[in-house]
Amino acid sequence: MEYISLFVKSIFVDNMIFAYFLGMCSYLAVSKNVKTANGLGLAVIFVLLCTLPLNYLLDKFLLQPGALAWLSPKFAELDLSFLSFILFIAVIAAFTQLVEMVVERYLPALYASLGIYLPLIAVNCAILGGSLFMQQKDFVNVGESAVYALGSGIGWYLAIVLLAAIREKMAYSNVPKPLKGIGISFITVGLMGLAFMIFMGITL
Amino acid sequence: MKLKDTFLTPIFKSNPITVLVLGVCSALAVTVTLKGALVMALSVTVVTGLGNWVLSLLRKGIPNRVRIIVQLVVVAMLVILVDQVLKSMEATFPVAKQLSVYIGLIITNCIVMGRIEAFALGNKPFPSLVDGLANGLGYGLILIIVAFFRELLGSGTLFGYQVMPAGYITNNLVILPPFALILIGCIIWVHRALDKELQEK
Repeated sequence: MEYISLFVKSIFVDNMIFAYFLGMCSYLAVSKNVKTANGLGLAVIFVLLCTLPLNYLLDKFLLQPGALAWLSPKFAELDLSFLSFILFIAVIAAFTQLVEMVVERYLPALYASLGIYLPLIAVNCAILGGSLFMQQKDFVNVGESAVYALGSGIGWYLAIVLLAAIREKMAYSNVPKPLKGIGISFITVGLMGLAFMIFMGITL
Repeated sequence: MKLKDTFLTPIFKSNPITVLVLGVCSALAVTVTLKGALVMALSVTVVTGLGNWVLSLLRKGIPNRVRIIVQLVVVAMLVILVDQVLKSMEATFPVAKQLSVYIGLIITNCIVMGRIEAFALGNKPFPSLVDGLANGLGYGLILIIVAFFRELLGSGTLFGYQVMPAGYITNNLVILPPFALILIGCIIWVHRALDKELQEK
């Protein structure tokens, strides 16, 4: 039951895009058509799902104050948490490299359409952000962190596909010239964010 | 390119947020108060400037295949330094605590990586330092404009001092995150109306 509530909460209430604005750069740049948005969204879900539990273990057994106590009682007071940024990002960068190689080998069409944004998943704030929020949330086991990762990933995926669909339709509407393209997208995301606020404060 | 152009272009003509659309994430989350925006703008400027400089010094020694990881390690190191400095000032300067994860997220701020990829790897160290600082300032400028409106309309204060008349009813919509997006949309509108070259077809 806790898993389900965490899952639903991370998709809707703590949505990566609408509640925290994480991963905005690629969100705005790759949402011109639904097909590419779909590919990038799936890649983000995958990378989040792999890196977040891994980072959870790193945090629990290496970085937290006193986390190294399992190695020797001498380390019980050691606090390595200042290293967390560098370790988290190293894990994420390595995984992104892996995803990039797999996509390049098996899905060349998707690889071509994602272009520079595939390697940039490594610097997608949603992924590092997921790990940093995980650090603050004190999950009790790996399962919870994996559910949280899946939920946040799906939330991000839903958001990007939604925006891509709206932007595809918007190509036919008569937008003031200076607002065309990125300007109107910002405002659209703002309005979508307002709509998502109805989920706020829901407790499951 | 002349040094003066290197400095001025990123602030207005190719502003990282309104034109290149890089580094938007943090621009939205930290702009509820002017103080937070100022600290964030400063931290980002330091990291982009120094990051560009260090990577430009290293540019001939980095194999192309692993450059992203090298960049991330350098940037992460700089961000850890900034984070530790801010943490040490927390007692006298409580605003640092509000920024929480967003300081860590400077690592993945696209401006930092974008400028390293696009500029530092192909230019000498000093112009790279200037380019990094200018991009940080261009980012900071937008942050401060957004924060100015959000703090003024949302809380009726500026830097924590009451400026609106006593009867002013605060507008809670402005405090909500989505409003920052709408505000940036409007800034882009004004910017592109003034500079027709930037308009999209």
